[in-house]
Amino acid sequence: MASRAMNVVRTSATSTANAQVTFHDEVVKLIDVSKCIGCKACQTACLEWNDQVLDIGEFTGSYQVPSDLTPSMFTLMRFNEWENPKTGELEWLIRKDGCMHCADPGCLAACPAPGAIVQYDNGIVDFVAENCIGCGYCVKGCPFNIPRISAEPAKAHKCTLCSDRVAVGEGPACAKACPTEAIVFGTKPDMLKHAAGRLTDLKSRGFDNAGLYNPDGVSGTHVMYVLPHADQPELYSDLPRDPRISPWVRTWKGATKTYTSLAAMAVFVVGAFVHHVGTGANRVSSEDEEKGRRVIEGRD
Amino acid sequence: MPADSSGASTVKRHPLDVRVAHWVAAVSFILLGLSGLGLFTPGLFFLTALFGGGETARWLHPWLGLALALSYLVLFIRFIGSCLWAQEDTTWMSHLSDAMSGREEKLPEIGKFNPGQKLYFWGMALLIVVLLVTGVVIWQAYFSTLTTIETQRMAVLIHSIAAVLAILGFIVHIHMVTWEPGTLRAMINGTVTGGWAWKHHRKWLRQVTGTKH
Repeated sequence: MASRAMNVVRTSATSTANAQVTFHDEVVKLIDVSKCIGCKACQTACLEWNDQVLDIGEFTGSYQVPSDLTPSMFTLMRFNEWENPKTGELEWLIRKDGCMHCADPGCLAACPAPGAIVQYDNGIVDFVAENCIGCGYCVKGCPFNIPRISAEPAKAHKCTLCSDRVAVGEGPACAKACPTEAIVFGTKPDMLKHAAGRLTDLKSRGFDNAGLYNPDGVSGTHVMYVLPHADQPELYSDLPRDPRISPWVRTWKGATKTYTSLAAMAVFVVGAFVHHVGTGANRVSSEDEEKGRRVIEGRD
Repeated sequence: MPADSSGASTVKRHPLDVRVAHWVAAVSFILLGLSGLGLFTPGLFFLTALFGGGETARWLHPWLGLALALSYLVLFIRFIGSCLWAQEDTTWMSHLSDAMSGREEKLPEIGKFNPGQKLYFWGMALLIVVLLVTGVVIWQAYFSTLTTIETQRMAVLIHSIAAVLAILGFIVHIHMVTWEPGTLRAMINGTVTGGWAWKHHRKWLRQVTGTKH
């Protein structure tokens, strides 16, 4: 069930507008890539808090474990070893991947099941398992390749931004576990201010292209990154430069497709009715029967 | 000479295997339409309740799709010979308004299927192939890792458009059955009356009775 401690402002597959009243400040989880040491405490805390257990996986030659997000692993430290051509130095680019909690969530736009995805007034986008039908449309809607569908029962899973903790005034488990405060959580103005301070620091240390990742294409996110190389987001394990809901998804879920299709069906049904009533049924006459009989009897 | 209970002469039109395949296709098409429309737009999500909810509609839909594809394959094999374009079909098509007004005396004598039926046959065949291929691509439970997400985005849009076109064709198909009384029995007991064959498919009647014009 969607949390009652936070106000739902958007609901999947529901045309009735929710009250756009917000009682809560927008929250942001700020992930400072430059401070991450790759310890995976966030992953462990995430598993622990969400009561998830990972299957035994396979070693793929990387520190990245598991090798991808799974239905039980909602966050993943993605490791990339990069040789900076300017300095000739090896840089270990570690990005904690997971749901970005977009202000304009593609998952929610794509979801066909009423109430399976909700957006709270504080910006958190949450999946509501009891309403989820396991179709995987959210996977297609997401510009960040985040949702994962479990096998049995088939349900979509992703980072909840610890909505159950935030609802009672706690920060997310990953932020609490992070030993270097690379993950911080707070209200959006506070986090933007904190990020600005971090960027000043990074720039003073030679990271001229340091920047905040809060992409406009999805109207901003409620998980943001401080990136030392914000001019090349792709370096961070293919973080998209300009994420947006795919035009395929926009067309697929758009009003044009829906109403054109339904109108065409209605026109065909009405047209068929008018045609039938207008011309009358195309009946076989007794004369036809007689002629048919003659052909069958071989007389004609 | 075979005759029905009303005394009209009859001609065999569809053998049992064709009729069974047709009704498997028809039932699966209707169920596919209802479950598919349930996922098509939130306003129609209530249709999934007919299947016991969204989850059931979601897992059942692709299996129904396979049933449709297989049953249509039988129809395709059995009908393709009769659905190739004939010379008189072009003439028939140029007199479409006469055909739609029931003025069949102005139309050329037509074989087992008229051009409208042939277009429906080929159109559905094409759409079912498109629906099958795109449907497999977006079959989350088994094939979600087979293609990229971008491919799946395209597939789901194409799938929905193809489905709408198929439903439009289906509406015309149902309409034609009711508009031409005596047609439905061809798919029920497999026969039509001699008069029906004379009126709508005279060339075919001559072929099956071995008589010449």
